[in-house]
Amino acid sequence: MFRKILIANRGEIACRIMRTARRLNVATVAVYSEADASALHVEMADEAVLLGPAPAAQSYLAIDKVIAAAVATGAEAIHPGYGFLSENARFAEACAKMGIAFIGPPASAIHAMGSKSESKKLMEAAGVPLVPGYHGAEQADSHLIAEAMKIGFPVLIKASAGGGGKGMRIVLEERELLPAIEGARREAKSAFGDERLLIEKYLERPRHVEVQVFADSLGEAVYIHDRDCSIQRRHQKVIEEAPAPGLSDDTRRRMGEAAVAAAKAVGYVGAGTVEFLYAERQFYFIEMNTRLQVEHPVTEMIAGIDLVEWQLRVAAGEPLPERQAELQRYGHAMEVRLYAEDPAKGFLPATGRIAHLAWPANAPQIRIDSGVRAGDRISTFYDPMIAKVIAWGEDRAIAAQRLRRALQETELAGLATNAGFLIEVLGHPAFLKAEIDTGFIERHRAELFPASGTGGEATPDRALALAAIFAVLKDGAASKAKAAAGADPHSPWAATNGWRVFGDGGASVLLRDAAGKRREARIAFSGPRWSIAVDDGAPLSLTGPALDGNALTAGTDHGRLRLTAIEADGTVTLIERGKSWRIGRVDILAEAEAATEGHGHLASPMPGTVVRVMAAAGDAVKRGQPLMVVEAMKMEHTIAAHADGVVKAVKFRAGDAVAEGVELISFEAGS
Amino acid sequence: MTILKSEIDTRSEAFQRNRDAMQAQVDEVRRVVDKIKLGGGEAARAKHLARGKLLPRDRIRGLVDPGAPFLEFSQLAAYRLYDDDIPAAGIITGIGRVAGRECVIVANDATVKGGTYYPVTVKKHLRAQEIARQNNLPCIYLVDSGGANLPNQDEVFPDRDHFGRIFYNQATMSAAGIPQIAVVMGSCTAGGAYVPSMSDESIIVKNQGTIFLGGPPLVKAATGEVVTAEDLGGADVHSRQSGVTDHYAEDDRHALEIARSIVAHLNRVKSVSLDLAAPEEPLYDPREIYGIVPADARHPYDVREVIARLVDGSRFDEFKKLYGTTLVTGFARIWGYPVGIVANNGILFSESALKGAHFVELCAQRGIPLLFLQNITGFMVGRKYESGGIAKDGAKMVTAVSCAQVPKLTLLIGGSFGAGNYGMCGRAFGPRFLWMWPNARISVMGGEQAANVLAQVKRDGMASRGEDWPAEAEEQFKAPIRAQYEAQGHPFYAGARLWDDGLVDPAEARTTIALGLSAALNAPIEPTRFGIFRM
Repeated sequence: MFRKILIANRGEIACRIMRTARRLNVATVAVYSEADASALHVEMADEAVLLGPAPAAQSYLAIDKVIAAAVATGAEAIHPGYGFLSENARFAEACAKMGIAFIGPPASAIHAMGSKSESKKLMEAAGVPLVPGYHGAEQADSHLIAEAMKIGFPVLIKASAGGGGKGMRIVLEERELLPAIEGARREAKSAFGDERLLIEKYLERPRHVEVQVFADSLGEAVYIHDRDCSIQRRHQKVIEEAPAPGLSDDTRRRMGEAAVAAAKAVGYVGAGTVEFLYAERQFYFIEMNTRLQVEHPVTEMIAGIDLVEWQLRVAAGEPLPERQAELQRYGHAMEVRLYAEDPAKGFLPATGRIAHLAWPANAPQIRIDSGVRAGDRISTFYDPMIAKVIAWGEDRAIAAQRLRRALQETELAGLATNAGFLIEVLGHPAFLKAEIDTGFIERHRAELFPASGTGGEATPDRALALAAIFAVLKDGAASKAKAAAGADPHSPWAATNGWRVFGDGGASVLLRDAAGKRREARIAFSGPRWSIAVDDGAPLSLTGPALDGNALTAGTDHGRLRLTAIEADGTVTLIERGKSWRIGRVDILAEAEAATEGHGHLASPMPGTVVRVMAAAGDAVKRGQPLMVVEAMKMEHTIAAHADGVVKAVKFRAGDAVAEGVELISFEAGS
Repeated sequence: MTILKSEIDTRSEAFQRNRDAMQAQVDEVRRVVDKIKLGGGEAARAKHLARGKLLPRDRIRGLVDPGAPFLEFSQLAAYRLYDDDIPAAGIITGIGRVAGRECVIVANDATVKGGTYYPVTVKKHLRAQEIARQNNLPCIYLVDSGGANLPNQDEVFPDRDHFGRIFYNQATMSAAGIPQIAVVMGSCTAGGAYVPSMSDESIIVKNQGTIFLGGPPLVKAATGEVVTAEDLGGADVHSRQSGVTDHYAEDDRHALEIARSIVAHLNRVKSVSLDLAAPEEPLYDPREIYGIVPADARHPYDVREVIARLVDGSRFDEFKKLYGTTLVTGFARIWGYPVGIVANNGILFSESALKGAHFVELCAQRGIPLLFLQNITGFMVGRKYESGGIAKDGAKMVTAVSCAQVPKLTLLIGGSFGAGNYGMCGRAFGPRFLWMWPNARISVMGGEQAANVLAQVKRDGMASRGEDWPAEAEEQFKAPIRAQYEAQGHPFYAGARLWDDGLVDPAEARTTIALGLSAALNAPIEPTRFGIFRM
């Protein structure tokens, strides 16, 4: 076994690898960027080496720097985690050259699986099923029709050169074929200047099922059960579970054997994942990931093994700890990826400081893999994952229930998260019936989004009302605390009951909802009874609201409500059973100040990177004219002039990273 | 410490009857006050709102810390006093907590006669300033007023305690280090222009606030110059050119927020030289006071039953319990603040007056605030008492009360008649606050006594002329006197004329007193020098 390893990664996976290393008495070296100087993984490691500035290209992706760090610290092996350099053949080669063990497959295997077309050819040769299709050069109508008939309906006809659905046709029966081919060809030509078409079997409601494989350097390979990762949004896995529900033992075995065959075909060593599409009881190879997957914990929980330990042992030249026949399976495990992102805004990544973070206490069979703690920042530089929450249960229903409960008991404030959305998915009847496929989230949008707390257009009035109460109580508590430190420590003036001489008092709290709209919450006090109306809405009536630390409690007509409320950086986060609402408090002075300075503020809507600048200082522009494009998570946002006027200054150039809310262009609206 | 033990049977018929009677009186006040709180009529309010202005009570709501108490003064000012209905005298005054500091707030109500100053409006404004001065509280003026009410100019302008006194107070309070802050949220015409001008810091609201010595009509008449109000004295003029205002606000909310931030930067530290304790609720529910105070004012009751429902833990250590028993004196805490309580428990005799004087001396010596609970028909009369020197004994008490420099708070819980009012720190004796319960009555003597005295004088005159006065005729003579005394002694009558700082619900008396005490402690307690006690 190694005495010291370097972990060329950050966040939860770096922490998770270090935990296993520590258990095996292996010393750890962390590497970090300037942005991560006080990160958890740096703190956990025995040694830490600074790589460079925050951008990954200059730190976590800088092969030379990582190798140099390993050499300098005397690390015998490097664990790349996932992402970053984990599937970089050049990095694996660089390690080999320096005599450092790369905890992963040989460079050749990475290379072989790195190319989609090459890997498919290899798999076909190894007898691994592929999605039936025709990718040939012969493009005559009659030939295409014959190939389509061979594949069997429904089929998908699309442009070979294409993407984005252009020229794509789903054909259900023979007589539709010819018109579809002609139409697709026309569109392909006009869109891509290339009229070649390909035909594939159209899979309805496919599931994403994958197999964990493991091979040692002695030529032995096993499959360690399967996982289902069908719950995805924009090709990003959201919920993963093991085993994949509803598969027959025979299918599992055949899939596992196919995966092992795939691994062996490329001379694989270490942990890998073979991904399949699964539809109508058939599975088809997609690709192989030559690394430890994000979702590996669900496999660990049902197999009762530590995959990182296996990785270290195999990389150190040891044989696989268990053979195929010895591998066991226990119950069901499920994982969610808790992200700093806003589901209501198309899962836009969120950045900011984690103002408050509390994991569920004493939750049974819950594992939390996290690389952050309260006070840490989620930056634009790296993946905005906060943690993976994994639950184990005797069966799928129990695992789902425990996981949902754990999320409901998780408190996180300071930035938007997908927790509320995950809670909705985990409680959705179709999910609980395992009616899952890759289209699940799109199909159930209407049910999943509005109820998820971060959902849709407007913040619910109830949340605004509760935020107003919180604001009053919190300011009151601050006032009481200030009084307590002074000469009149029990001052009756510090009360927050709106006391008046005859009649009842009131308070008005200005808030900003999720849509950025200014809202007024008017509180009417009547003894212990508070009635809160938001703008002209129906009032919410509460009895004896109280704030104890972060816990906001009040009596309602139906019982008691209890939620967690945190204020940080002018935003109130309300967390109720895992769902959260983020509500801004209006700083009248600051906003009025901005208003008197004129409407010159064109700000970044989110953290991202400037990709294009279409305006220069001095340009006279029309209202609505695009001035700049900012990209975040592959989505482009156009910054347009809100009025006719003149560009005073462009503050960023293409390629610059920008934080949320920073002024991009200073602009003077004409009169 | 002695814990008062209540002898009250809350299930007794008398208790229920008393409670219902007090409830009816409290309800009536509530009804009247609710209407007063609406300010001017529906149309005036709508017009005010349509201009984008906040109603005065919403301004106060936006100024004070969210949910903080507002101790309003004299809600009944001008009630049924003039031919016109002038709710709250068109001005809302009180103490509110702004950015953690108690401040006196004076807010014009432009929905009431354009916020113009009637005689009682002036009186109310001056009283608020007096409270600010006595208690060392910063003043925030939310100005929205057309100035003096011209038809009433003779009672508003010329005298010492008229309009000019407002500015005199601003100057002298500023000199005393009491911050003067004005928020111009509407008109500030003529004399009114001096409110912001005399302030330490002033704020003006864009498109709403105007300040000028002479408005556009006057300017046109005087010089022929045609100018809009905004160009003559709007926010831009005064914030950018004249320098009459220091802060430019986008709207009312913004202006109030600026005022809050000004107060936050005042750098004032409250220092309290009292031995404080954590507050404790009384053992008995203050609401029970309703059932304790007799519906018929002629029925006596033990004032300790009231004290037991006002003080922390119902703990009350009596001084000279066995001497001069018609006056109850003793030490207690209210909301943790030490207080010396002086409460009537019957008519005042020489002994009770001497006891009262002694007790007030003790509190003045020790720096303990005094609370007077007035329920007094007067001093004992008769040859025995006059020859015993009750006048000089009463004078000792009046001297002690007058000179004591500790904060004095007076609550009229029943009758306040004759010289009893003096000895018990009536309005003339400068209590920091004076409040009345709805059942309280105030006059030189009780209506019945007055009727009897006048009837006696008349009967004596008739007897000397040998005339006969049938009982029926005597009753006809007495009834209107009683009615006059009842009307003029009523808290509504008193409140309309600012003989007090407001009516208080007996169930809320404890909180009111606590707020008043806390506010009073903003001023340091000065040592007392007593005058000559006639021996």
